[in-house]
Amino acid sequence: VGVRGSDIVVLGVEKRSALKLQDERTVNKICMLDEHVCLAFAGLSADARVLVNKARIECQSHRLTVEDAVSIEYITRYIAGVQQKYTQSGGVRPFGISTLIMGFDSDKVPKLYQTDPSGVYSAWKANAIGRSSKTVREFLEKNYKEDMDRAETIKLAIRSLLEVVQTGAKNIEIAIMGKDSVIQRLGLTEIETVVAEIEAENEKEKEKSKPSTSQQ
Amino acid sequence: MDTLVSKYANASSSASFDNADNLGENLSGWDAASQFALPAFDIPMVTNPVDFLRAHTDASAENRIRIQHGTTTLAFKFQGGIIVAVDSRASGGSYIASQTVKKVIEINPYLLGTMAGGAADCQYWERELGRRCRLYELRNKERISVAAASKILSNMVYDYKGMGLSMGTMITGWDKTGPQLFYVDSDGTRMRGERFSVGSGSTFAYGVLDTGYDFNLSIPDAIELGRRAIYHATHRDAYSGGSINVFHVKETGWEFIGNTDVGSLHWEYQDQPKGPIV
Repeated sequence: VGVRGSDIVVLGVEKRSALKLQDERTVNKICMLDEHVCLAFAGLSADARVLVNKARIECQSHRLTVEDAVSIEYITRYIAGVQQKYTQSGGVRPFGISTLIMGFDSDKVPKLYQTDPSGVYSAWKANAIGRSSKTVREFLEKNYKEDMDRAETIKLAIRSLLEVVQTGAKNIEIAIMGKDSVIQRLGLTEIETVVAEIEAENEKEKEKSKPSTSQQ
Repeated sequence: MDTLVSKYANASSSASFDNADNLGENLSGWDAASQFALPAFDIPMVTNPVDFLRAHTDASAENRIRIQHGTTTLAFKFQGGIIVAVDSRASGGSYIASQTVKKVIEINPYLLGTMAGGAADCQYWERELGRRCRLYELRNKERISVAAASKILSNMVYDYKGMGLSMGTMITGWDKTGPQLFYVDSDGTRMRGERFSVGSGSTFAYGVLDTGYDFNLSIPDAIELGRRAIYHATHRDAYSGGSINVFHVKETGWEFIGNTDVGSLHWEYQDQPKGPIV
């Protein structure tokens, strides 16, 4: 899930529950492409690894030839271009991933882009990719507000994930980027705090909507 | 060098899609590396073009090809932007081919390139640079920075290093980081700077330019300084002369100031009283 606030962008992913013997730290669905660009993907991890590698090289190649960091739109266009190339050549198959790319350009405006296997890309205020993306996107459409502040944006991202992630805070990973273009990953306790907040709100909603039992 | 020759010698065979890794190099690029790839040329079908050229132009060879270039160009940054001043003589040995050459190439309305060295080299590559800059603008919906433009040019000519390109050019313009001035030449040098003078008459121009320079010059004074520096170079350097073309680069783009014949300038300066140097 990706959500854009007034001066912050949030990426949230559902972590697949860790198998007992697996080292969790090596399974990472949120990748840094450059200091100021972050990518989350849904789909075949191996394809993502190859694509992210190409994108990282392109970010540095751009710095070398243009003496400037990539803009979020540029790197999205590049990734979408690579994905499209593999739909129009012989002997290769398309990349099996959709990506959400977020970050800030030098103009300090938050940006969120999505690409898909066909090579189409577009900018979004909030979007979801993956198995239950339709449900989550509908939820986002209902609950998105313009110009949300930091706390509200984080809460919306976590709420939308909780719709489809039953098992709670343990299986959610959140990455945030503010105007300073520094990535920040939320720790488990912070996520749990927000989840508790959300659950308390849900309880209150349920209480209100319960019909009063006095009259029969 | 061998890889370079083989790349151009077998252009058609490179369009194979068997190796997925090569997909990046084949299509007429939109990524940083291939969109800046060189236009393909016929290079002499010898194993080593660099040695071939050196053998024919080296001082010790009997009937060597002499590549001549004479000119004076200068550019400097000051509070009002950048002043660019050039002469207009083209010489082939002791023969003056033309007194009315345009040595400032208008790459686009906010980027200028000066020409020193081989006229054909400068004109061709700076026009190619203009094409690349326009493509960049269309793809990225914003103007290219002067740093990137000068880097494109220097990377393009570096691939032909040692093969006889002769180009000493200044790329200047005003982008979102302010006024910028770069010196790029066919050896692959690329330097950012505040003041440059290029060509056979550059030493004469530097003398006058460095003496009279102040960052806080007014625009008319800066224009006059540029003009005077070129005049003195044309006076002493045999390979510079003709007339002086002056350009002023501002935030809104470049502006052509005027063309002045050095002959009439000579009599004008003669009549003026000379002030103290310091």
